[in-house]
Formats: sequence, C-alpha cells, structure tokens
Amino acid sequence: MAVVTERLDGGNVHEALRKRPLNRWNEAVIKGLLTACAAVSLVTTFAIIFVLLEETVAFFREVSFSDFFLHTRWRPLAGNPSFGIWELVAGTMNVVIWSLVIALPIGLASAIYLSEYADRRTRNTLKPLLEALAGVPTVVYAYFALNFVTLDVLRPVLGNDVPIFNALAASTMLAVMILPTIASISEDAMSSVPRDLREAAYGLGATRLEVAVRVVLPAALSGVIASVLLAIARVVGETMIVAIAAGSTPNLTLWPLSTIQTMTGFMLQVGLGDAARGTVDYRSLFAVGAVLFAITLLFNIAATWFVGRFREEYV
Amino acid sequence: MGEEGPGMTQLRTPVRLNEGLLQDTSPTPVAAAGQTAGGAITNPAEEAVFAVSELNLWYGHKQALSDVTFDIPVNRVTALIGPSGCGKSTLIRCLNRMNDLIRGVRVIGRVDYHGQDIYAPDIDPVEVRRRIGMVFQKPNPFPKSIQDNVAFGAKVNGYKGSMGQLVERSLRQAALWEEVKDDLKKSGLALSGGQQQRLCIARALAVQPDVILMDEPCSSLDPIATLKIEDLIRELVRDYTIIIVTHNMQQAARVSDYTAFMLADDHGAGRLIEYGPASEIFTNPKEKRTEDYITGRFG
Amino acid sequence: MTTAAPITLRARGRVAMRQAISRASRYLFLGASLVGVAVLLLLAYETISSGVSRLSWDFVTNYPSRFAERAGLRSSAIGSTWVLGLTVVMALPIAVGTAIWIEEFAPRNKLLTIVKLNLANLAGVPSIIYGVLGLAVFGRYFGLGPSIMTGALTLSLMIVPMTVIASQEAIRQVPPSIRDGALALGATQWQTVWYHVLPGALPGIMTGIILAVSRAVGETAALIMIGAFTFIAFDNTSPREDFTTVPIQIYNWTIRPQEAFRQNAAAAIIVLMVAVLSLNLLAAVIRERFRRS
Repeated sequence: MAVVTERLDGGNVHEALRKRPLNRWNEAVIKGLLTACAAVSLVTTFAIIFVLLEETVAFFREVSFSDFFLHTRWRPLAGNPSFGIWELVAGTMNVVIWSLVIALPIGLASAIYLSEYADRRTRNTLKPLLEALAGVPTVVYAYFALNFVTLDVLRPVLGNDVPIFNALAASTMLAVMILPTIASISEDAMSSVPRDLREAAYGLGATRLEVAVRVVLPAALSGVIASVLLAIARVVGETMIVAIAAGSTPNLTLWPLSTIQTMTGFMLQVGLGDAARGTVDYRSLFAVGAVLFAITLLFNIAATWFVGRFREEYV
Repeated sequence: MGEEGPGMTQLRTPVRLNEGLLQDTSPTPVAAAGQTAGGAITNPAEEAVFAVSELNLWYGHKQALSDVTFDIPVNRVTALIGPSGCGKSTLIRCLNRMNDLIRGVRVIGRVDYHGQDIYAPDIDPVEVRRRIGMVFQKPNPFPKSIQDNVAFGAKVNGYKGSMGQLVERSLRQAALWEEVKDDLKKSGLALSGGQQQRLCIARALAVQPDVILMDEPCSSLDPIATLKIEDLIRELVRDYTIIIVTHNMQQAARVSDYTAFMLADDHGAGRLIEYGPASEIFTNPKEKRTEDYITGRFG
Repeated sequence: MTTAAPITLRARGRVAMRQAISRASRYLFLGASLVGVAVLLLLAYETISSGVSRLSWDFVTNYPSRFAERAGLRSSAIGSTWVLGLTVVMALPIAVGTAIWIEEFAPRNKLLTIVKLNLANLAGVPSIIYGVLGLAVFGRYFGLGPSIMTGALTLSLMIVPMTVIASQEAIRQVPPSIRDGALALGATQWQTVWYHVLPGALPGIMTGIILAVSRAVGETAALIMIGAFTFIAFDNTSPREDFTTVPIQIYNWTIRPQEAFRQNAAAAIIVLMVAVLSLNLLAAVIRERFRRS
C-alpha cells in the first residue's frame, strides 16, 4: 500500500528529516524570482533618477544655475534663448492655486457632509460616486475644459476677451479631478476622530454644524492637510488638462484668465516636437522634469508625514 | 483536598521511574540532559517519542518558555494543562516547529524526536511538520471541498497512490466518513463545527504522521462534539502518539495518560511545574500549585 | 406669589438661530457633495449631445484622416488594445510577485521598509515622468523606438505600484489560520502561497489589475512622450510597430479648431468612457460577488 510518510521505527531519523538539496534549490529559485520582482520597483526609481540627472547635468553645462533658477523668462527656442524656470513654475502655481480655491471648500464641505451628516446608506451611495470622478481620464476633462468651460461658459459670461487658452478653465477641471482626493481623505480623517470628542461637544449644547466645524475639523486637521498636499502633487503632475486648456505660452502671472504654460505643458510640447538629442532644448525637458519630480516627491512625502501624524493621534 | 500528601516538598529533582517502582528494561532513547530543579517531573519508563531538554523560547525580548525538560511517551495521550498564558500552546508549537513562523522568535534547547534534535541546523522544518501533525483550536478547513481538504497534505508531499482510498481511510479514522461519504465535493466550510474539526483531523491523518498535536481542539465546540472528539482521541492513540493542550481539566483527566502542568513564572515565562501519569496528577499531585489549580483555587 | 415662566425646552433666541443655521448647513454641504456628480452629468450631456451623431460603424472602422467626416478610431482602438494587452501580461506577474514577496517571504528588515516606501512614492510620480523614462530607456537606449512594446513597458512600470498595493491588501485578507493549516501538513511556504493564499487573494488581485487597466486605458501624456502621437493608418500586427491610442486620438481632435473635429472628439470620448465604465463596473461586480462568499 502506498504511503505518504514512512514510519521511523528503527530507521535513520536524521536522514529522513534533513534538508533535501533539491527542495532547497526549488525554494531558492522561487524566492529569487520573487525578490527580482520586488527589485523591479527599486530599479525603476533608480532609472528615473538616473535618466533625469544625466541629462540635467548636461543641461547645466550649457545653462548656468543662475540663469535657470534666478531668471524668469522661459524662451528655449528663441533666437536668444532664455531658460528662467519661474515662468513655468508660475504657470503651475497658477493652476494649483485656483484649482484649490475651487476644490478645497467644496471638497471639505463634501467631507463634512459624508462624515457628520449623512446616514450610512447615503454615505455608501455618495462616496463611490465621488470616487468615480477620480477614474475619468484626464484627456476627457481637458476636452471639457476647452470646449465647455471656455467656449460655452467663460466667453459668453465674461466676454470674448477671455483667451481661448486660459488657466481658469484648466483650474476648474483640475478642481473636479482633485475633488475626490480632498473629499475622500478628509472624510476618512474626520470619521476616525473618536466619538467622545463629538459627544462632549454635543453634551455642551453645540449644534451639528458647530461640532463639525469647530471640533471635528480641527481634530482631523493633519488628515485634511495631507489630502491637500496630495491634491497639490496631483495637480502639479497633471499634463493633459493644462496642455490643452491652459495654453503653451509661458507667462509669469497668477492671474487666472491668462494664457500660461505649466512645467508639464512644456514637457509635453518638447515630446510632441522634434528636439534632436543632445541639444539644449532636448535637455531642457529633463531639467524641467527633474524639478517636477522633486516637487511632487516633496509634496507626497509631506503628505505621508501628515498622515503619520494623524494616525499617531487617533488610530 | 487540603491534606498535604506525602513527599510534597521532598521531591525536588525529577525522578526517573527506572530507579523506582516500575523497573523497565526497554531502551530509553537519547535521554534528556539535565534535571530541572524545583519541579516534580516524572518521566515515563516507556519509550519516548519526544525528549525535551532545557527548552527556552523568546518572542523578541519576552521569554515565553523557561527550562522545560521532560519526555513524551509513544502511543499515549499526553496532556498539557495550566492557566492562560502559562506557555502550553507555545510549548506544543515547538514540537513541530510552528513557532519558527513567528518573526523574532528565538529557541534555545533541544527537542529530540526519536533521538534527533529537530532544531538542528540541517533539519528541514517541512519534513518535521509532515511527521508531526497539528490540529488547531479553531477548526480551519480550507475553503475547498472535503475531498480536496483531506488530499492536500498528501498531494504536496508527493503521494503517488490512490487518493480516493487515502481520503476514505483518513475520513474513517477520523470518524467522519459516514457523515460525508455521499458528497465529498461539498465545501469543508459547510460542515458543522465538530465536523470541521474532525475534517481537520482527517486532513492531518492523511499525511500519515506518527504524532498528532492538538492545541485546545475542543474549546470552540459544543459538549456533544467535544465528546465525539475525545472518543476519537482514545481510538487514535492506538496507532498514533497524541499530545493535547487543554484548559479543561476534566477533559485532561478523562482523556490523557500523562499530564504536564505548567505555570508562568514572575517574568511571564512558562515553566513545567509537574509531570507524571494522569492518575497521579489528578489524585495525588506532588506540588501544591498543581493541587491548587486542579481543585480550582485559581486559573 | 410670583408665577415663574413655565420651563420649556424649546429653543429660543440665539440658540434657535444657531440651530437653524445648522439645519440649513446640511443642505449646503449636501449640495457640495453633489457638485462633482453634477459636473460629471454635465460632461456626459455635453459629450453625448455633441458626439452621439458621429457614432457609427464607419466611425469605428475608419482610419484617421484630415477630413473630419471620414476620420475614425480604427487604428487607435487597435493600438490601445495591443498596448493594454501587453501591459497586463507584463505588469501582473511582476506586481503579484512583488506583493507575495512583501507579504510572505521578505525578511522583516530595512530593505523591506525601503521597498514599501519606494512603491508608495512611485505611485505618486506624474505619468509624464514615466513617459520621459520610457522614452529615454526603452525608446532610445534599448532602441525600441515609438513602438507598442515601448508603450507597454512604460505603462507597466506605471501601473505596477498601484497593483502591488491592491494585491498586498488582497493577500492580507487571507486568514493566517489557512496558512497555519497548510504549513502544519508539511507544505512549504511556496506551496502554501500557490495553493491557498493566491486562490484566496485572487478576487482582490483581479479587482486591482482591472482598476489599473482602467487607469492605463485613459493614459495620454506618457504615451505621447514615447512617440505615439503619430498618424497611423494601418492595423497593428506586431509589438514592434508604431502605434497610437484612443486618448491620443481624442487629444489630436480636441486641439483642432474645426467644429467637426470637436464632434469626433466627443464621439471618441463616449467610446473611451464606455470602456472605462465597463472596467470599473467589472471590478465592482467582482468585489461584491466575492465579498458574499
């Protein structure tokens, strides 16, 4: 009769129990493959940093640091080119500010509603709907920003002086894009605030609004800040909406109704163009990319730090 | 009850029974080295399947087992009893190296299985676990069919024979065959608690181990299911060695041949306080602490 | 004897006003939550009314053209399918392998912390940076040019981090008791993972990869950077060929001033959104169905 495990009576126990080389080899191969998979992500980061750094270093051999960081005009293709990064940074900041101006109040209000007012059923219906906004491809938002917001809203309302490419149109759709980020993460933070804090306030005669705004919101502040930082990182990194709706003219302004160019918009422009390898225009792509990467990394790390602080306090 | 039995404080060193009443000339394989002072440990005169010597275990910086030394006999039911936190589950999991899976665990000492230290560096824990099966406190059948549950262990261990026969034999041994034979494709999770536990026993038996460890196998079952499993244990012990952890003293008294009583010391590390034939432990314990626990004064 | 005013619990004066404001605020906040949904509905209305007239069999089977009435989605749809298919084939094993390594095999040390942190950071890197990476490494250094392969490699790297995180979640849902049961029978770690952990985590992993694909199907900037903004008037039959995708085609038509191209863009958006919504629906269905069992 076939046997799964031979009995050990009188047999060589040590031989039966010791590690078989074949099994060890198999397990080692599998473990190696899995470790290689995990290494892919590490290699990706190294590659990103290396690629950006290599060309950026070459870029700064031709363009001085002070030209890049202290000057404002960005005209890389002009006869007398200038490479001041600030026009692009201003363009990015422009849309960041205006998209936050729109999204922050609406997102926070949504979060307060979901966390403090809505019953469970409403919350379970609304929250997925809100998160659906995050799944819309950005090129669709871009189309809408150009065609509907600028052409069907801004121009009829504010007159035909409104440039066809303007920061405000992009900002409105960027706001819609980051609404789920702000609302969802802030709502998570507010829901995690322990009930006793609320009950103490109710016990003192506070209204629901007062509890939400003066007790829960401050308690969830780290989480809210984290959501804003993440939203900023997303706006800074977003390309299609700004490339299509905000324009490709660098402009040192924060006025929403101007045509601008963001860092990402410029990078896309280079990608669409014919910049030859080894030229300073090609390399400017990487220099701007390095700045972009650094900024988004900083905001993501800051957001993680704030999430950590929030967890320490309450979770 | 309150009577101080003879020799309560006299016996400080473990007594080997071949010095005492039951002269036994059968060979005792590799004897555990070192006697633990301060305990009433009576090792059986029969052949031992396990010889635990000075076993210590740490979870990180916290010591969970301290200097445990005793022998476990073949083809007998040995029970580990004691209050919560005394280390009995930790100890039983040392016998099949399941504690290895916990991060930060450190084991010092020997666990000799048929004379071979299973913690030796060249020993494969996978082979150890094949020969020393385990049944857990909460029945944990796989979310698969009854057939697949029982066959899994044999399959991964390379069994080449008739799986159908093996499954039937294992289910019969676990006293579950009659109840499930009509639908082996049914999910293991669709069974009652007691049936699930017997399925887990069948699953362990299919691998043809020679020792079965049971960590509080009945604590999540109703009394009737519990009795069925206790009967099963007395059946299985004819072919297997069974070591059972239980917090139910009546169960230990009913079911076991040998009983080990453990307590956590002041640092929280588990120590073996007393060990001997169940009949003696439950009627005439040598240690006052054992007596207090058995009579329900604490724990 | 003075008669005291009757004691009442009804709010008066300032308290009443505060309560009224609180009650009114409920509707204000509810309105805020619905803004996003309203915009989405508006967007749907606009695109459907602009584009539905263009939807036809011709539209789907025509190649792009400088004549808006003749232009269609054929090559971009085929390109999208190719790229996404290859992306899933490459990204899924790497992501699941990474997740298994993190949850089941990795020693709990500094390296593990670094890998996890790195993945979280990669998930936040802008897609255009992945495009730059793809261009420099796969397109130029490996010499693959603006091909489907380059696109798929680039998108795989982009979706791996989010898929790993979703797979990790799914693996963690498998109860430890199942692993204990398998290991106690003498199964190796890998056997335990292969026969019990992975099957248990499969619904969550599938949900994760489907959501990642729905993200990748709409991706534009990264693929433009590797060179997919190009006129393609043939059906792709090999991963070494040049290609374009539906979102890039939408971009192409959106930036043209002619009204007819705006309609094309709207129609293409309808097609794209149908794809994205179907994928999200599929993921939600899978998640719900396996939550029951």
